Amino acid sequence: MDLVCPAGNLPSLKAAVDNGANAVYFGFRDDTNARHFAGLNFGPAKMAEGVRYARQHGVKVFLALNTYPQPNGWSRWQTAVDQAADLVVDAMIAADIGVLDYASNRYPELNLHLSVQGSATNYEALRFYRERFGIRRAVLPRVLSLSQIEHVVSNSSVEVEVFGFGSLCVMVEGRCILSSYATGLSPNTFGACSPASHVEWRETEEGLQTRLGGVLIETYRKGENAGYPTLCKGRFCVAGNTFHAIEEPTSLNTLELLPDLQKAGVSAIKIEGRQRSPVYVAQVTRVWRAALDACRRDPENYRPQANWMAELGKVSEGTQTTLGAYSRPWQ
Amino acid sequence: MSNTPRLSLGPILYYWSRDDVLEFYRQIADSPVDIVYLGETVCSKRTLMRTDDWFRLAELLTAAGKEVVLSTLALLEAESELKRLRRLCGNAQYLVEANDMGAVQLMRGRPFVAGHSVNIYNERTLKLLAEEGLKRWVFPLELSAGTLADMQSARPAGIETEVFVYGRLPLAYSARCFTARAHNLPKDDCQYRCLDYPDGLILSAQDDTRFLSLNGIQTQSAQTCNLILELDPMRELGVDVVRISPQSRRSDAVIDIFHRCIEGEMEAEEGMRRLERLMPVGACNGYWHGEAGMLATQNQARALSGE
Repeated sequence: MDLVCPAGNLPSLKAAVDNGANAVYFGFRDDTNARHFAGLNFGPAKMAEGVRYARQHGVKVFLALNTYPQPNGWSRWQTAVDQAADLVVDAMIAADIGVLDYASNRYPELNLHLSVQGSATNYEALRFYRERFGIRRAVLPRVLSLSQIEHVVSNSSVEVEVFGFGSLCVMVEGRCILSSYATGLSPNTFGACSPASHVEWRETEEGLQTRLGGVLIETYRKGENAGYPTLCKGRFCVAGNTFHAIEEPTSLNTLELLPDLQKAGVSAIKIEGRQRSPVYVAQVTRVWRAALDACRRDPENYRPQANWMAELGKVSEGTQTTLGAYSRPWQ
Repeated sequence: MSNTPRLSLGPILYYWSRDDVLEFYRQIADSPVDIVYLGETVCSKRTLMRTDDWFRLAELLTAAGKEVVLSTLALLEAESELKRLRRLCGNAQYLVEANDMGAVQLMRGRPFVAGHSVNIYNERTLKLLAEEGLKRWVFPLELSAGTLADMQSARPAGIETEVFVYGRLPLAYSARCFTARAHNLPKDDCQYRCLDYPDGLILSAQDDTRFLSLNGIQTQSAQTCNLILELDPMRELGVDVVRISPQSRRSDAVIDIFHRCIEGEMEAEEGMRRLERLMPVGACNGYWHGEAGMLATQNQARALSGE
C-alpha cells in the first residue's frame, strides 16, 4: 500500500518526501480545492519547485482539484485543469462531473483519481466514473466499514484509497452542507468546512463560548482545552442531554487495521491534514512509513508499536483517536 | 420563458408506521399534487414498507392520476442495498429518482430523475447526465437563485428543473445513526427509535436555539425551508416542478396553500402567513438568496409582520 501525504505548503511537501511518503497531494491557492484556507496551498512557482523536489526523490505528486464549480466560476476550474496538465502531475484528484469530463476529454493522458468529495461509496458509482472518465483510483468516503471496503475493492477495477489518519469527517464527504447552512460556505462551494472567517470567540460567565455563523457550537469551562469549532464536533442538546451529539473532537487512526486493509486489497492510505504544520506532516509520515513497512514485511505478526500510537496521539485533534466507521460499534 | 410549475411531493424522509404511511398517501391521492416520489431514501433498515408495498402504492396513486417516481437510497453501502436498488431501477413502469451515482450508473441509457444529493453544480455536469438519460434534475439545496439562472440559460432541451421549496432541508448523511446515538444505542441495535420522531429529533445549541433535526443517519435543518415568496422568480426562471417535502402534520394544508398560490388563487404573502402556523420551528430561505441556509431574509420577515 502506498502512503499518500498532505502538503499544504512547500515545507510540508519536503517533510512528507523526506520522511517516506510515496505520493504527496496539494492544491492551488484558491477555491478549486477542499483546503481553501488563508496562507495555505501553492502558487505557480512554489508548485513547480515542489514537483521538482518530489520527482528528484521518486515521490509522486497528486493535484487536488476537488470542489464543485458553479457556472460563474467555471473558467477558474478549467484553467486549473490546464495548469495541472502542464505540470504533468502523476494524478489529478477531482470530484465534479463537469471537471472530470473536461479533463478526460481535453487531456486523455492525464491520470484521474475520484476525490473523496465525489461521495462514491459503492462499486456501481465507481463504474460510472471509470466508464465515463477512465478514473484509475477512488478515495472512499469515511463511512464504510472494513468489510464494505473489501466488497468494493473485490467488485471494482478501480484502485481504492482510504483515509488512515487525521481529522475525521463524520458525514459522507461531498454531500454535507452543514457548513453552508450556518455560514453560506461549504467544502463543495468554497473549499472549506466551518470557515475561520465565520468563527467568533467570546468570554462569558459560563465560560469561553465559540460560535460559527452565530450558532453556539461549544462552551468551554475553566480548565477545558478549547478546540476549533468544527460544526459537527460541538456539544449540543438533544432530548434534554448536552453532549457531542454528532461526534467528539477526535482523529481517525487506523494504524491497528493495516493488515486488514492490506488484505482487503486497498491500494493506498491517505493522511489528512494539508492545513496542519510541517512538523505534523513529518511526524505522521514517519510513523506511517514505519508501520506500512512493518506490515508489508510480516502482516501476521504486525502490531502497532506503543511509541507510534503515542506519537500520533500527540498530534490528534482533541488528543484522542478512533477507528471511525471502519468499526461497526462506532456507527 | 415564464410557465406554471407543477407541484411534486418528495419522498417521506422519516420513519412512520405502515398505517401512517398508507393513510398519508390516501390523502395525497385526493390532493392537487401532480407528481409523487415514493420510497425509502434514508435508511435501509426501515422496512415496515416493503418494496412490494411501495409498488402497490405506486399503482394506487397512478390510478388517482398522479405521476409516480420511485425514489432510491442516498447512501448505498451494502450489497443488500444495491440489490434492492437494482429491483427499483429495473422496473419498466415508473420513472426512478437516482439519489446516488450508483443509481445513475444503473439507469444509464433510460430516463431518470437526479435527486438533490446528486451534485449537479454546473451546466457541463447537466449536459453529460442529459446524454445518459436524465429527464429531470432537482436543483442542489445549497445553491442560489443566481446559479439557477445561469444553469437554466444553458439547460439542454427537454430537461426539466425541479426546486425544493418546502420542508426541512436534508443537510448531511453519515454511517452513524444520530437518533440511536442520542439514545445511547449502537446502530446495529437501534430499536427503530426514529419511529418516535415523525419529524426528526431536535438538536439545539447550548443556548437553546433550535438548530438541526436528527433523522437517523440523515441530519436536517430544524427550520423549514420555505420559498413560497419566490414562486414568481421561479416562474421567470422556467422552473418546471416545485417540491414539497412531507411532514407528519398538515402536509395536505401545505400542498393546498402552494397549489392556490401557483394557480394565482392566493397571494404569496397570504400563503406565507398561513404556512407560518404549519412550520414547527419557523422558516429559512438563505440558500436561495446566496446566504447561509439557515437565514430567513427580510423579505419573509416583512410578509410575516404584514407590512
